[in-house]
Amino acid sequence: MTRVAESTAWRKRTRDEIAARLAEDIFEGAYVNLGIGMPTLVANHVPTGREIVLQSENGLLGMGPPPAPGEEDLALVNAGKQPVTLLPGGAYFDSADSFAMMRAGHLDIAVLGAFQVSESGDLANWHTGRPGDIPAVGGAMDLAVGAKHTWVMMEHFTHDGACKLVSRCDYPLTGLRCVNRVYTDLAVLDVTVGGFVLRDAVGGLDAESLSQLSGVAIAPPHR
Amino acid sequence: MSGPEAEFTDTRLLGSRAGTQSWIVTVINKVLPSVAAALSDVHDGATVMIGGFGGAGLPVALVDGLIGQGARDLTIVANNAGNGELGIAALLKAGRVRKVICSFPRQTDSYIFDALYRAGQIELELVPQGNLAERIRAAGAGIGGFFTRVGFGTDLARGKEVREINGEMYVFETPIYADFALIKAERGDRWGNLTYRKSARNFGPAMAMAGAVTVAEVRELVPLGGIDPEAVITPGIFVQRVVRVAQEAVVR
Repeated sequence: MTRVAESTAWRKRTRDEIAARLAEDIFEGAYVNLGIGMPTLVANHVPTGREIVLQSENGLLGMGPPPAPGEEDLALVNAGKQPVTLLPGGAYFDSADSFAMMRAGHLDIAVLGAFQVSESGDLANWHTGRPGDIPAVGGAMDLAVGAKHTWVMMEHFTHDGACKLVSRCDYPLTGLRCVNRVYTDLAVLDVTVGGFVLRDAVGGLDAESLSQLSGVAIAPPHR
Repeated sequence: MSGPEAEFTDTRLLGSRAGTQSWIVTVINKVLPSVAAALSDVHDGATVMIGGFGGAGLPVALVDGLIGQGARDLTIVANNAGNGELGIAALLKAGRVRKVICSFPRQTDSYIFDALYRAGQIELELVPQGNLAERIRAAGAGIGGFFTRVGFGTDLARGKEVREINGEMYVFETPIYADFALIKAERGDRWGNLTYRKSARNFGPAMAMAGAVTVAEVRELVPLGGIDPEAVITPGIFVQRVVRVAQEAVVR
């Protein structure tokens, strides 16, 4: 376990800043599924004028923002079962069709939270594995392996200071070799056949220092 | 005709034309007068699918009816395992359920399921949500199973047959059949044609296909032709029973 020093030369990105950084990379016209939790913040940061289509696993394409107070509809909810709206051009469909579009790569990008991501792209995000914890998987395994691009958005370290980028996941796996890119509060990394490759990091960190902090090999950006 | 099929023929409409005794007109009428009538033959040990994603699309009146009906030792197939004290949670609390097949039992207030699970008093088969939908669809489509990449290499695929297809590893998943499928729809007619409302559609269409007996609670009953044929989501062939449930009883 790598401990994070209390005083550092760099400043972590806030959750909104991670979301904004990720949103920059979502291309015009992309069909995107934002997982529950931190990934939902991405919707607030899509650059003005860039049109993307949000998919929700429970049967929505063209999902819009939450409704105004008093306008909630129990039949129109997102994957977290919170009230949402549907944008003009949106569509409703059933669960089998929803997961067909996910599984067969019709969906361009899935953004997921994670407990751990390994250097081979293995993802652990559905179960702590602790006895007594109720296991629940929902659409996590389907999303992880289905989309053309699986991006993870997470804190770099746990509250206990353990790095969530690992050489091998010790939490139960969600999918094998499925993560393409990781957005953390310290850096953006590609997951390649050769392991983690840095794309960019917050000021004051480079591949070498980040690798030391993280306890896993991180190659410098390809130029 | 005997058994539940007999109920599909509305005897009010069985009769003779004025002036003749020989021409008997029968019509298909899947509409039943009450939830109790629609669920009267659910047997102990039955596998029962229940539509819905959380509360959206949950057939609350049918689940309440199932509690009142009294069948026990049930296997429930649903996306969630209930929350709070209502719906599926109430069915679990009443001790009627032996096993739950679902994707996401854990909710902020799924304490009834959580307690039964921790006490070892309920069996859980956890299924990735897309596999759940497709296994249900497979049962309703006469497919004997399918290979999927979802879950390969994880605890949820342990012990299952695997195969390499186009250079990737796939897991074999089998159909999930049900004796009864209980679903909620927005609009229905006496042939069982259904439309749904917004994201409340979710598992309804696949479960309708998979249930040996599919019971739909609908908010509104319309005459034949009252649903635009281009807009029918579940064709009536998949639906055996329709019950109208006033909106007030559904949202509470």
